[in-house]
Amino acid sequence: MTEPVLSVRNLIVEFPTRRGVLRAIDDLSFDIAPGEVLGVVGESGAGKSLTGAAIIGLLEPPGRVAGGEIRLAGERIDNLSPERMRTIRGKRIGMIFQDPLTSLNPLYRIGDQLTETILTHEPISARAARDKALRLLEEVGIPAAETRLSAYPHQFSGGMRQRVVIALALAVDPQLVIADEPTTALDVSVQAQIIALLKRICADRGASVMLITHDMGVIAETADRVCVLYAGRLAEIGPVRDVVKRPQHPYASGLMAAIPSLAGDPDEKLAQIPGSMPRLGAIPRGCAFNPRCGYAFDRCRTERPDAYPAGASQAACFLHDAASALPPEVAGRAAEAGIQVARVPAEARP
Amino acid sequence: MIAYILRRLFQSIVVMLVVGLVSFSLFRYVGDPVATMMGQEASVADRAELRERLGLDDPFFVQFANYLGRAASGNFGISYRLQQPVMELILSRLPATLELAFVSGILAFVVGVSFGVYTALNRSGMLSSSIMTLSLIGVSLPTFLIGILLIWLFAVELRWLPSFGRGETVRLGYWTTGFLTPSGRASLILPAITLGLYQMTLIMRLVRAEMLEVLRSDYIKFARARGLSNRAIHFGHALKNTMVPVVTIAGLQLGSIIAFAIITETVFQWPGVGALFINSVQFVDIPVMAAYLMLIALIFVVINLVVDLLYYAIDPRLRIEQSGARH
Repeated sequence: MTEPVLSVRNLIVEFPTRRGVLRAIDDLSFDIAPGEVLGVVGESGAGKSLTGAAIIGLLEPPGRVAGGEIRLAGERIDNLSPERMRTIRGKRIGMIFQDPLTSLNPLYRIGDQLTETILTHEPISARAARDKALRLLEEVGIPAAETRLSAYPHQFSGGMRQRVVIALALAVDPQLVIADEPTTALDVSVQAQIIALLKRICADRGASVMLITHDMGVIAETADRVCVLYAGRLAEIGPVRDVVKRPQHPYASGLMAAIPSLAGDPDEKLAQIPGSMPRLGAIPRGCAFNPRCGYAFDRCRTERPDAYPAGASQAACFLHDAASALPPEVAGRAAEAGIQVARVPAEARP
Repeated sequence: MIAYILRRLFQSIVVMLVVGLVSFSLFRYVGDPVATMMGQEASVADRAELRERLGLDDPFFVQFANYLGRAASGNFGISYRLQQPVMELILSRLPATLELAFVSGILAFVVGVSFGVYTALNRSGMLSSSIMTLSLIGVSLPTFLIGILLIWLFAVELRWLPSFGRGETVRLGYWTTGFLTPSGRASLILPAITLGLYQMTLIMRLVRAEMLEVLRSDYIKFARARGLSNRAIHFGHALKNTMVPVVTIAGLQLGSIIAFAIITETVFQWPGVGALFINSVQFVDIPVMAAYLMLIALIFVVINLVVDLLYYAIDPRLRIEQSGARH
C-alpha cells in the first residue's frame, strides 16, 4: 500500500477553560491516500472544522493538540515550530474556507493576493508569479482573467470569489487541500459548479482532498471515502457507497435515514435521531452516542468502543465487536436495519 | 467621482453659511456696536447717523450678505481691542498654532498607531499592559493638568526644556517658524506632547481595537492558511484594513487639535490664535471671536473634505466600478 498523504493517529484537541479542560477531538484516527477525496461529515460541533484547523496548525488559542500525531507524507507535522509550519501551510497543505465573501482581503487586488502567495513559497520573479497567477485564474474559469487580475474582491460574485479562493489555495500545488464547507455560503446552482471545479483541479494535480461538509449530496458525488464524526470521536469511516447505502454505525445509520429523498412520499415525516449531541464536558460515559442509540446495551454505557471492521467500513460500535455480549433482541433489530453485527446469536437467527 | 466631490463641496458650503450666520449673530446680539464706539455723550442723531453710515440700519439679509461677502475676501473688520485688522492679527498668530498642531498631530498619529499595533499583536505582554494602563491616564487627565505637570517636571525640576513661549523664530515671508532654531524646537516639545497626548491615546486605543477585530477576520485566517509570513499578515493585510476607520478619526482629531489648542496655548503662553481668542473673549472683542469661529469651522470643513477623499482613495469598495462588468 502506498504511503498515505495524511495520517492522523489518536488525535486529541483540548481547550483549557476555567471549568476544566474540554476535549473537543478525542482519539481520532484516519488516513487520506494520495489523490483521494475524504469526506468528513457530522453535526455542527462534532469537531469537523477543528480537525481541519489542527491539521493545518491554525487552532485558535487556547485550543491545542494535546495528544496523538499528524503525519504529512510520513513527516510528523503536529510538533513543528510555528515558522516551519508556516512553510507547510499554503505550500503543501492548502485550505479553503466556508465563506468566499469574507475570505479575500477587500483592500487588495485579486492579482496581488495571488502573486503574494506564489512569491511567499516559490523563488521566482514577480513577472513569472504574475503569469502563473493569470494561468491559475484561467484554470479556475474566471472569464477575461487578464483584466480581472487588477479587480478587487467586491467586484466578483460569490461563486467567482470562491473560484479565486480555490486558485489561491492551490496556487503552489499543495499535496493536500482541506476544504471546510466550501459551498455552504453559495446558492445551490453555483455549488455544483464549485464542487466540480474543486474535484477537477485537484484530480489534475493529484492532490488529495479533505472535504468537510454536512451536505451528504456533495459527499456522495465527490468523496471516495467518508468519515462520520460524533462529539469529537470517529463513528464510522469507509467507502462512500458503503457508508451512504449501508451505514454500520447506528449514528451514521440515523444520519443517512434523515436525508430527505426526492422520490419519497412528500407527506412522510423525516426520520430523526432523538435527542441532541452532548455538549463538550457533558459527554456520557462509554460510547458518546449511547443515550440516543436505539441499540445501546450494558457495555455501551460503561466502555468506550474502538473502531471495529464492519462490512467494508470501520465503525466504533460494540455491535461489531465479536467479544460483545450482545442481547439477542438488540442484535435482531440491528440486523433488520442492515447493520452487519459481529456475531448473531443463535436465538436470533431465522 | 466628480459628482461625489461636487456634492461634498456643496455640503461644505452649506455648513460654512450656517457658521457664518452664527458668527454674524455675535455682532447683532452681543451688545450694540454703535454704543461701544460713540461713548456716553453722543446724541441720538449722531448715533442714527453713524448707524446709517455703517449700514447697521439695513435689513438683516443685506447686512448678512455684506458680512459674508467681506468675510469671503478675508475682511473681518478691525479688532476693538488692538485696533488692527482682524485678518492681519490672525495671520500673524496662525503659524504658531499650525506648527504646534502639526507636530502634535504627527506625534499622536505615529506614536498612537505604533503603540496600538504593538499592544494588539502582543496582547498579554507586560509592556502592553503598562501601555494600556498609562493610556487610561492620558485619556482621563485634563489637558491643562498634564501641561502643568510637564512644566513642573521638565522645566522646573529638571530644567531641560523651556516652560513657556515659542523661543526664537525665523521669518519666512508671512510665516514665522520655530522649526529652524534650537530654542524654537525645544519650546515645541512640551506643548506638543500636552496637546497630542489625548489624541494619541485615543488613536492608540482605536488602532488596538480595530486591529484585534481585523485579526479575527476570515481573510486573515485565510492569509495564514496560505502560509504568508507574520510580517506580511500583520503589517500588510491587517494594518491596511485597520487604517480605514483610523484615518477618518485621526483626520477629524487634527481639527480638534487646532481648535482645542486654546487650553495648551494658555498654559504654555504660546503666541497662537488660541491665546488670541482667549484674550478676545475677556475683552469682548467680537470681530476677532467671529473671525476665529469662521476660521476653525473652515479648517474642520476642509479636513473633513480631505478625509472623505482619503477614505475614498484607501477603500476600493467606495470607488466607482470602472473595469469589467459584475459577474
